[in-house]
Order: sequence, then C-alpha cells, then structure tokens
Amino acid sequence: MTQTFFWTILILAGLGLVLALVLFFIAKKFKVEEDPRIDEVEKVMPGANCGGCGFAGCRAFADAAVKAPNLDNNYCPVGGNEVMKKVASILGYEVKEKAPMVAVVRCNGTCDKRPKTNDYDGLASCKVKAALYAGDTGCAYGCLGCGDCVEACQFGAISMDPATGLPVVDEEKCTACGACSKACPKHVIEIRNKGPRSMRLYVSCINKDKGPVAKKACASACIGCGICAKTCTHDAITITDNVAYIDFTKCKLCRECEAMCPTEAIHGVNFPKPLDKEGIKARIAERNRKAKEAAEAAKAAAAEAAAKEAEPVKKEENNG
Amino acid sequence: MAKRTFSIGGVHPHDAKIARDCAIEVLPLPQTVYISMAQHLGAPAKPIVAVGDKVKVGQVIAEPGGFISAFVHSSVSGTVKSIAPRKDISGNFMTHVEIAVEGDEWVDGVDLSDTLITKIPEREVALERIKACGVVGLGGATFPTHVKLNPGPNAKPECLILNGAECEPYLTSDFRILLERTKEIVVGAAIMKNILGPECKCVIGIEENKPEAIKAVEEAVVVLGYQDIEVMTLKKKYPQGGEKQLIDAVMKRQVKSGGLPISVGAVVQNVATALAVYEAVQKNKPLITNTLTITGDCVAKENLHNYLFRIGMPLSYIAEYAGGIPEGAAKLISGGPMMGKAIANLDACTVKGSSSILYLSAKSTKRLEASACIRCGRCASACPMGLEPFLLNRLAKAGDMEQLEANAVQDCISCGSCQFSCPANIALLDRINIAKGQVLGIIRARAAAAKAAAEAAKSNEAK
Repeated sequence: MTQTFFWTILILAGLGLVLALVLFFIAKKFKVEEDPRIDEVEKVMPGANCGGCGFAGCRAFADAAVKAPNLDNNYCPVGGNEVMKKVASILGYEVKEKAPMVAVVRCNGTCDKRPKTNDYDGLASCKVKAALYAGDTGCAYGCLGCGDCVEACQFGAISMDPATGLPVVDEEKCTACGACSKACPKHVIEIRNKGPRSMRLYVSCINKDKGPVAKKACASACIGCGICAKTCTHDAITITDNVAYIDFTKCKLCRECEAMCPTEAIHGVNFPKPLDKEGIKARIAERNRKAKEAAEAAKAAAAEAAAKEAEPVKKEENNG
Repeated sequence: MAKRTFSIGGVHPHDAKIARDCAIEVLPLPQTVYISMAQHLGAPAKPIVAVGDKVKVGQVIAEPGGFISAFVHSSVSGTVKSIAPRKDISGNFMTHVEIAVEGDEWVDGVDLSDTLITKIPEREVALERIKACGVVGLGGATFPTHVKLNPGPNAKPECLILNGAECEPYLTSDFRILLERTKEIVVGAAIMKNILGPECKCVIGIEENKPEAIKAVEEAVVVLGYQDIEVMTLKKKYPQGGEKQLIDAVMKRQVKSGGLPISVGAVVQNVATALAVYEAVQKNKPLITNTLTITGDCVAKENLHNYLFRIGMPLSYIAEYAGGIPEGAAKLISGGPMMGKAIANLDACTVKGSSSILYLSAKSTKRLEASACIRCGRCASACPMGLEPFLLNRLAKAGDMEQLEANAVQDCISCGSCQFSCPANIALLDRINIAKGQVLGIIRARAAAAKAAAEAAKSNEAK
C-alpha cells in the first residue's frame, strides 16, 4: 500500500518536472517579444473592457497607446485625467486634459406629459420597437422606454425610473464611455460635459417637429420658439430643426433660459439653489427695459446729431 | 394532377376568409385626401404640383425620385391645399399632398367605360403606359412594375406567374377581384406575357380554398381564347404567396440565396397588379384605386366589406364609413394577420398597396409570455426558406454578424411562420428582422466598397 503511494507520487512528480522543463524551454524559445510598457499601461487601466475608448478592451488600448506617436487620439473616458496622467508618465508623453463628461438623457417626456397613443406589446427592446414603428406616444423622437441603454451600461449607471418611464443616469457611476448613447436607436442620450461641480444646463428634448405638433405630442417638448436663444446673453443657444441646443463651452450657467422656457424643456441640474423663476424673469425684464431705454436714448442722440449736422449746411446755403 | 405546393416548411393558419361573400362596393369620396409620396418601394416621388393648383382625377402630381420609383397621380379632383410632412401608419413622417375634393372630374384620355378591350398593344407602348400610370406590385412589396417587367437584355423570362394565392388569413380582396374582374385580370396577364416575350409561359396560381375563383378564371381563359394561359390549383399552405415559394410550387425551381426570381426564369405578379396593368394599358387609367377588405374576428357580419378605395383616403374615414371600430378590437392591422403592419395612427391614409383594415381581438393578438426555447425544432421545420430561426434568434441576441450571415439570415422573408409555430411563444421574428436589416446593410456596404475599389483600380490602370 505504502509502496503504491510512493510510486504514484514519484511518477507524477517526475512527469510534472519533465513536462515543466519542456514547457519552460519552449516558452523561452518561442517567446513573443512585446513592449513591456504594454503590460505596465494595462495595469493602470480601469480594466472594465467597456470599449468606450474605441478599442476592443483595455489591453488593445494599451497596445495602441504604446505604438501611437502621442496620446491625442487615445483617451480613456472611464479612467479620466487621472489614469491618463499615469499612462503618460509610463510612456513619457504629454497628455491633454479633458473635461469630465457624463451621459445626459435628452428626453423629458414622462408618462403624464407625453400621453400614450397606443400600446406596445412586442419584444422589450428599443431596437426592435424603433424598427417596427415610431413608438407608442405621439412623439417620434423621444425615449422608447424599453431600456436598451440600461442593458448596454457595464457600470450599472443607468436605471429605468418606473414613475417617469425614462432612464436615469447615476452620475457617480457614469464613466461617459458612450455605450448607452450608441445603444439608443433614437439617439436620445448625449455625452456632455459634466460641468463645474457637476452643474450643467441642457435642452432635454430632441423633437424636430414644428411647435404645435411637438407640443401636442408632449407637454414638455422643445417647440423651437427661440425664446431661450433670444434671452441668452452669451450666444450659447442655437436652434436647428425646431430644437434648441446649448453649447456647453459658451454657457455661463446663468439659468435665464431655464426660467424663460415655456415648456420647461431646459433642465439645470446640481445647482445649489432651486430655480428662482420670478426673480430671473424680473431681472431679464429690467435688463430689457434698460436696453430699450438706452436704445431710445441713443436713437434720440443720433437724431439730434443728424439735425445739428444738417443745420450748418442750411446756413451755408443762406450765405451763398 | 396532384395539387402543388412549395417543398420546404410552411404552416396552416385558419384561413378565416369571412368576408369572401361580400361584393366589392365603391367608397364615396371624402372631403380631403392626403396622398403619400412613398407609395412604392424605392425612392419617394417628388411632388410637381404647388399649393393652390387645381388638379383632376388621374393627373400626375409627383414624378419618380429615382430609377426604382413611380409616378403618383391625384385620386380626386380639387385644389391642392398643402404639401407637408404627415404621419404614416407607423407614425413616421412622410411628405403628403393634401387635396380638397371638389367634384369628380377626370383628366382627358381615360376610358371610364366597362367595355372589355382585348386587343393587346405592342410591348414598348404597353411598358410605357404601365410606367406612366404609376403601376406598382400590389402583392405587398409595391415594387415598380415597369422595372420588374423589363428585366434587361440578358434575362430570359420563361414563366410569368400570376399570384392569386392570397395565403394570408382574413384577406379577400384578391379573391373578390378574381371573381368580379376575371376577364380584365386575364387580359392583364396576357399583356404582361406579351411584354416578357413570346417564349414566356403564363400560369395563374390560386389556392384550393377559392374554388369559385378557379372556376371563373378557367372559364374566362377559354372564353377569351388564351389557350396558353394555365390555371393551377395550389394546396392551401402559408406562405404560398411568397415570391420564392410560389416559384417553387409552380415551376419546381428554387431561387438561390441572394438571387432574384428572374435567375430561374420566373416573373411573379399579383392578380391585383394584373388588373392595374389592364386598366393602365387598355383604359389609360392610372393606379389610383385598389381593393381593401374590412374584416377581423371581432367585426359584426354586416360590417364585413370589400371596398374599392381611392389612394389617399384617411383610414379613419374608411373605418367610420364601414361602421366604426368594433367593440373588442385590440389591434388594428393594415395587411394580413401574419405579415401586416399594426396601424399606430388611424389618421394615416391609404396607399397603392393597402389591402385591408383588420380588427383583431385581444384573444387572438395578445402576446403570451415567452418561456425558454426547448430546441424542439418546430420553427426550423416551419421555415419556408429552410433556415433555423432558433439559432438565428440566439445569434441576433449575441450580435454575431458573421455567423448570422453564414446562417443566411438575409434569406428570411419575414413571413412569421417560425413565431406562429413556436410553442414557447418566443418573439423569434422581431430579433431576426433586426439582424436581417443589419446583415443586409453589411452586405450592401461590402458590395459598394468592392465596386469603389474596382473602379479605383480601373481608373489607375487607365492613367
């Protein structure tokens, strides 16, 4: 009995040793030469393999980053500036800092604001639903509510709110990889600058229909009225195809557009104080009044100057 | 002779042709019609009228927007009120021409009499009239007929197959026109046969559940003296009316994957198209009317109808005229219950290819909860294209485009036999349809890239 044990252990151990040696030499002989920095870069990556950078995974990104002449086209949106700084220090490159981004759902057609026109009982997939028809509400542009974005998110940052029927983004978890934006067949989700202390303003609607049609489909649709663009003193708002868009780089977060929007389609988030609609409206009215007065004064001054200029000519005529 | 049918797959839904005894009635004109610019497969037509113009019935109001496109004519006489986007039956926007109806004045040159004209004009003349009258295939796909009847100099059409299968349950419009307009359809078939060439045979395929139609067509063929037109009785099986299935049933030939029917010498046209061709060529009447069935399992017997409608009539107007939406209707469908499109917007208007308003009760349309696939293989044995829907569904879920293409998802004809036969109520077709669209997109992009590369190589050589 003891002998059987002895021989078994000896044979297996010997076999293991011999095979290990064979594998060792083969591994040495056929070793693929790889830049050791790829491993180093991969180690500092978040390791989510989400594909948000445009590569197949973190290792593919590391490989591309090592081979690239600079880091301009390689940026990990998940790791952000912190990880990119580490990557840059490994590779000895400069890194261009990017502002943190976040996924923003540009639809606020909640169940009560956007009445249903029919019932959809097909497969619970936005992709399938979008291929079949315009959707179960009057709006052909808004969120379909089947949660393809929730499925696409690898970080558990999106969930459907059963009360509103719209997806909610958890800013803490969102890495702005853009997977949800790609998964949405209606292109409702935008990857947008997170803003200072996460404060940002955006138009929460992409309905391109003309005002009355959009308004009929959804009480809080952007109707393309242009009031926000007229109000904005920073030239940050443009209106194309009956939808307003706020340019983040120009927006100074004054919230005037939010207060003036007649359908409450403009959303401001993470501001420390709630929106003082009346206060802002009064401020704008005051400013407009002053501007009007100033314009009238300027007009009057211009008329006076013109009259003065005309007078000497008359005198000359008299002299002549 | 034994009755023929296609060789692979197929299902047997209850045919429910409850509106078969309702003679075709002519719908009165509404106050306004909205004529869509996308009445056909291919590029939408371009409107050539302006707001305020007076138009007559049969006047051209839009030109083809590309090679595969068709003329659109006014279906009423009156004033053009607007040319603006309007929602179609699925709720998507399409340009519509709105015309306020004033009287019923036709353009000159249209023969409105009932006299049967059997003298067939020459090929070119007939083809030109078919194109000018905006005739499209009325079997469902609305492919422009003049393109299909002119398959190019290298093609050898051997057999014109007239599709009178009407395999979709409930629908009876083709059956009614086969009964009531028999001779016109037979002459229409002879015109198309003449266009395709002297060697081309002609077979009219009708399913066995329409014995009256078979008898009527057989008699008409004898009376009119078209000895070379054959009437073939087909076994009742869905989807017999599918182009490739009908070719298999009639000619016992199979179209290879990605191939067109003409590659096996076949041209398939619907019987309603034959009628439209007759009217276009012999009467110079543009395609502005078609037949539609009002039916469904919750429709009262007196509200079942077959109507001759004009294009652009709002569906809500027709529904109202036919007795309103019946109680218990849970789903409204335009087309048959197997392949039709759910009507999400009843304010949408009829188009050339409209074939029904179908009211179905919750009992027959409500989706049942899906359970796990047990790999029973019923979907695979039901698929008339010989595909494996359970596999395609899994691949579509995983998004494996390479494997989807290798398993021929692009051959799917979206007939729904798989979903109909699935004992686990799995929504097979929904996913497969999406995957099919994606794979076809990939194939098209690849073909375009190959073409561009070939052209670049050619131009390089030339330099």
